[in-house]
Amino acid sequence: MSEQKNGVEIRIEKVNKDFGKFQVLKSINLTIQPGEFVALVGQSGCGKSTLLRLISHLETPTIGDIYLDEQLVERINPDIRYLFQEARLLPWKTVIENVKIGSKDRSNEKALQALKEVDLVDKADEWPAVLSGGQKQRVSLARALVGKPKVLLLDEPLGALDALTRINMQILIEKLWREQGFTVVLVTHDVSEAVYLANRVVLIEDGQVALDEQITLARPRKKDSSFAYFEKHILDRVMRNKDNMEDSEDEAFNSLSAFQR
Amino acid sequence: MKLSVNLQSIDRRKCEMMNTKFKLSDIMLSWSIPIIALVVWYITTLHQTSMSLLPTPGAVCEATMRLLQNGTLINNIGISTARAGVGFIIGGIIGFILGVINGQFRLAEQILNTPIQMIRNVPHLAMLPLILIWFGIGETAKIVLISLGTFFPIYLNTFHGIRYIDRSLIEMGRTYGLTHYQLFKDIIFPGAMASIMIGVRQSLGRMWLTLIVAETVAAKSGIGFMATDAREFMLMDVIVLSLLIYALLGSISDFVAGLVEQKILRWHSNYRKA
Repeated sequence: MSEQKNGVEIRIEKVNKDFGKFQVLKSINLTIQPGEFVALVGQSGCGKSTLLRLISHLETPTIGDIYLDEQLVERINPDIRYLFQEARLLPWKTVIENVKIGSKDRSNEKALQALKEVDLVDKADEWPAVLSGGQKQRVSLARALVGKPKVLLLDEPLGALDALTRINMQILIEKLWREQGFTVVLVTHDVSEAVYLANRVVLIEDGQVALDEQITLARPRKKDSSFAYFEKHILDRVMRNKDNMEDSEDEAFNSLSAFQR
Repeated sequence: MKLSVNLQSIDRRKCEMMNTKFKLSDIMLSWSIPIIALVVWYITTLHQTSMSLLPTPGAVCEATMRLLQNGTLINNIGISTARAGVGFIIGGIIGFILGVINGQFRLAEQILNTPIQMIRNVPHLAMLPLILIWFGIGETAKIVLISLGTFFPIYLNTFHGIRYIDRSLIEMGRTYGLTHYQLFKDIIFPGAMASIMIGVRQSLGRMWLTLIVAETVAAKSGIGFMATDAREFMLMDVIVLSLLIYALLGSISDFVAGLVEQKILRWHSNYRKA
């Protein structure tokens, strides 16, 4: 658990999200504690990214409500920062100008401080185009952190990085989370990454919460036998669904048509 | 750390030296054909009588000196440049504003795009008789015609630049709670800049073209008038001089636009120096 608690509670109540006829999320209930580090895992297309977009109000739920510390999410909230899979830096602004976008007052000192946290002060005046993929993602992390967010939503931000850069980014994210104590929701398809970083791993399957597992390993985590146990346990559960996928889709279809009748 | 910084600065200096070298050879290359043309011109007109169809380079030089001394050349260049500049600025601003509005708001596009395309499909030079009747042969007519000629490329490129901006960057801006003004200033406008500059360069070409036509058909001053007036007296040297000045003004404006482009788009890998 983190030392300070700057994070907020996220409460998701009976949230449904449809895209046309397609039900992506089906009555999701989930409460995330302040300062908790939750990983959402699942097959691609299971709706985990959609859930993240709902929390940040990039999308609105079809039915149901989301609360941050008992406040209904009705607009894009500056306390929530979203890290996309791509860094999404503005190519026409230097690194430091990009980071400044993250703070309301566009302060230079805060931006430098944030760059220091991700160890990129010496790149402050470079154009994003000259940075490596990992450096770009670190700049976007600095941009997210400069506004002192209470919630950090990570949408597979490490997905496109090479293995070594990934490990360094994981260590960095864990360190910053422990120091600053914000709530983190990480979407990933990498179960090992989820077990390495999160307090709690939530499996989304077929638009519903299929598994909600506390990871009780001590930090910093080592990839030992108990780590392997958690990883295997969750991975088995993820894969089991894959075999039953067709059945469950049929079931879903049947229940849907029953509902329509 | 320090060592690497030193190495970097050495590298940079090396690059700069190479750049200046490249520049010299670049200039020589880009002026090679004009210089060859000058030599050919000189040779072909070497043994001509005074009633020739093409004056010698020497005669053109003399005409230049003569017109420089009595001040008409500078005066006419000034008048032509001012007309071109004012027309371009008015046309450019109108094109830019329309491009921004139609690029951002679907409703505006639906209403305005059709009439703009209709105006575009009439060659603006075909409007000349109408404009002459409406505005006479004063400055207004020429400025209106140049504005008409320059607004469209800037409009179209601004519109496309804004319409085809990377949506993911705008989404990023929204998650950071940027206001509409900030979204425009930080993301939409700079994102459309590369496209807008293409429009500016196209418009500059049309600006000179329109100016020449307008000054040749109806003017009492300017380079085009100078050429038309010289034709009446068969002053071949002055006619050729006018053409050379147009060529020079055109390449100067293109050069300046290139510099501006390089400065504004220096973040873009296509414009970054090696």
